[in-house]
Amino acid sequence: MKRIAYSLAPPVVAVVFALAATCVVIAISGGSVGAFLSTIFSVPNDRILVNIVNQSSLLAISGFAAAIGFRMGLFNIGVEGQYIVGSCAAAFFGGSGLVPGPLNILATLVVAILAGAAYASIAGVLKVTRGVSEVISAIMLNYIALTMSGYLVQRYGVKAGYTYATNDLPPSSQPLGFAILPGANDVWALTVIAVAVAAGYWFLLARTRFGFDLRTTGASASAALASGIGVKKMVVVSMALSGGVAGLVWMPAYFGSVHRFGVPENFQAGLGFAGLAVALLGRNRVPGIILGAVLFAYLSGQSNELQRDGIAKQVVDITQGIVVLAVVVAYEIVRRRQSRAEREQVSEELAATPAAANEGEAR
Amino acid sequence: MTIEVELAGIGKRFPGVIANHDVSLRIRPGTVHALIGENGAGKSTLMKILYGVQPADEGTISVDGQHRSFASPTDAIEVGIGMVFQHFMLADNLTVLENIVLGAEKLHGIGDGARTRIKEISARFGFGLEPDQLVERLGVADRQRVEILKVLYRGAELIILDEPTAVLVPQEVDALFSNLRELVADGCSVLFISHKLDEVLAIADDITVMRRGTTVGTADPRTATKHQLAELMVGSELPSPETSERTVTDQVVLALDGVTVTDDLGRDRLTDVSLAVHRGEVVGIAGVEGNGQTELVEVVMGMLRAASGRITLDGQDITRLSTRKVRELGVGFVPEDRHRHGLVLDFPLWENRILGHQTKPPVVKGPLLNPAGARTDARRIVEEFDVRTPGIGTTARALSGGNQQKFIVGREMSGDPILLIASHPTRGVDVGAQAAIWDHVRAARREGLGVLLVSADLDELIGLSDRIEVVLRGRLTGTFDPSQVTAQDLGAAMTGGSAA
Repeated sequence: MKRIAYSLAPPVVAVVFALAATCVVIAISGGSVGAFLSTIFSVPNDRILVNIVNQSSLLAISGFAAAIGFRMGLFNIGVEGQYIVGSCAAAFFGGSGLVPGPLNILATLVVAILAGAAYASIAGVLKVTRGVSEVISAIMLNYIALTMSGYLVQRYGVKAGYTYATNDLPPSSQPLGFAILPGANDVWALTVIAVAVAAGYWFLLARTRFGFDLRTTGASASAALASGIGVKKMVVVSMALSGGVAGLVWMPAYFGSVHRFGVPENFQAGLGFAGLAVALLGRNRVPGIILGAVLFAYLSGQSNELQRDGIAKQVVDITQGIVVLAVVVAYEIVRRRQSRAEREQVSEELAATPAAANEGEAR
Repeated sequence: MTIEVELAGIGKRFPGVIANHDVSLRIRPGTVHALIGENGAGKSTLMKILYGVQPADEGTISVDGQHRSFASPTDAIEVGIGMVFQHFMLADNLTVLENIVLGAEKLHGIGDGARTRIKEISARFGFGLEPDQLVERLGVADRQRVEILKVLYRGAELIILDEPTAVLVPQEVDALFSNLRELVADGCSVLFISHKLDEVLAIADDITVMRRGTTVGTADPRTATKHQLAELMVGSELPSPETSERTVTDQVVLALDGVTVTDDLGRDRLTDVSLAVHRGEVVGIAGVEGNGQTELVEVVMGMLRAASGRITLDGQDITRLSTRKVRELGVGFVPEDRHRHGLVLDFPLWENRILGHQTKPPVVKGPLLNPAGARTDARRIVEEFDVRTPGIGTTARALSGGNQQKFIVGREMSGDPILLIASHPTRGVDVGAQAAIWDHVRAARREGLGVLLVSADLDELIGLSDRIEVVLRGRLTGTFDPSQVTAQDLGAAMTGGSAA
């Protein structure tokens, strides 16, 4: 019971704090706080509800991609670039129609994973061979990914309106969505990827030897080394894994509604950075990441309605940013408390055995 | 410039641990005051209190007769107390000058004023430091001088040195001592923390001995002998680590043949080491810290690669094998630093049971973990090895050092190892845990394991080993029979005092 309170309190406090701070910003800039709150807390209409579900899936996949890195002690800020590369490669492949019908879906997903993984491996390999910080190289690679995919689409794509895009996905390879709410758009078929990734993430980390090695390396690289884990190999493999998942981030949208890739019209940028925030918010845990993704999608979804009240929809970016900052602080406070509480509990329970009191060590 | 510092009745508790109680100590101005005691005697805690890193729970600190309380090292520095930690805190990519002025920019600026002052101090005490040299180009002894200069620059009159000789070779120790004498001649006081009795007798004006968290006595270095000091340090009721019947067989379990290890700069850390450990035999490695013990252990464990030579385990060549393969072949490993290498502090005990055994049942099933198996076996270790913990779901961090160590020893004895490598297995653990760990090492030997025991505790080495090898500057320089040798003989061999 106490455990649940410990893990729920920080995000709840962070959200309340972030909303309050946003209200202050709105009040200072002369907007109506009442309108903001009533819009944010209004029941979303069917169209927005479907959007929230769809966007949640993208954010959750991105969150899991980032979380794999975090659990390993890597800050994979390159999720952004990796999903651009994954999306670009997948859309070229899917649009080419090399594989017929529904099989094309599977093949395209594999291409997305491989492209994302390969791109992430660049940062991983640079880190272990040349000692380049993965943060620096990944940031550079993000720019390269964006520019390179833009170039490739212009060079090899087709004209789509005023810009270029990849060939459209053949209709035979377009999966049917879930028509959950009549009259609204479909929920994208491949939102199920998010569910699969969530299940895979949990299983990998909690149940496999590889996952144990990954967590150990993240928690203590020196202990990992002494226990026989090849730390360098783990860096490359987990970076590739993180990138492979990142490659999938935009796939639900691609198969669900866009069907082609081209920056900026036929693509949704920024999901990679949002995924880092979602992973932080969800503390790299499965339920946390899912809730974080839903929260972010909810705020973005509701923000469209804000314009009706004369409030810029970008204020929710402030809310999202502050949530992440606040939750990091709150988690740290709780972690320290919990750790102290546990030590005290241990010494209380062992107070009956005086032998333990002779210890002179103070580390 | 003189300073007189007195500690009275200092006490400090950590959850479940009394680190200091009733510690009293007076440091006379212009003297070197040695504080000696075994690892875990509470010296570090006391220093941290004196330097303002941690507050004391009880007792008083007075400086020049006035009561003081330090909330942080800044407060301590202000009254003239400075500390040089055992692990240097220098930025390699900055110059000596930059390292020294960092955080003390207000004193003499960061330019010529500071440069002049640094040159002045360096010249006065014979440090021979150039302000504009990059710290990464400096050797260990020079870095230590930079650290000392750093505290002098900030106006310290009492300098606390935490085991300053642990990282130095004998000639460097002599140089350090002559620096210290200069300091003292100038009116500074030095609090010299050590457990090396020769050095203490050579440099100290006063000696205070700590044992189990409290000061147990003082000694006059002009009249005291090493033997008396050692007795004060360990007390008379110390459990003796004697081994009884001989169980050594002629089956070699671990053999090193001409093993050389070089560091990144191409210097030898181990030179042409040959060594055999037999089943049922405990081979003790004695040496001053930093003479190659760590490298010896790591090269056997596959954490370091040998530049040349051959290592075999039970006849199989393991020279090029990874740490995981070495462990799979039946090597248990109790590492020197349990917090960095032995445990993942934030994992619960049952997950720590898996650490280092990721490929061996019962904690895994093929590529999958077996949490039920790991839990059951962690529970077994807790019972058999008397690990005092509320349960196996408790994180390793919450346990006391002794209980952490008992858990590690238990884990490493699991899965029928044929060789146990134990590095400082009882460092920083309480007396009860120490006795228990000794029992387990003896039991391992009886069961026919080969044991490679690295320790700084000579009594432990003499008591447990069947044979003692001395390592000095990366070479094995002497073999001793523990039933014949005394701690004094070993000490001399460890410092190259007499050839064996």
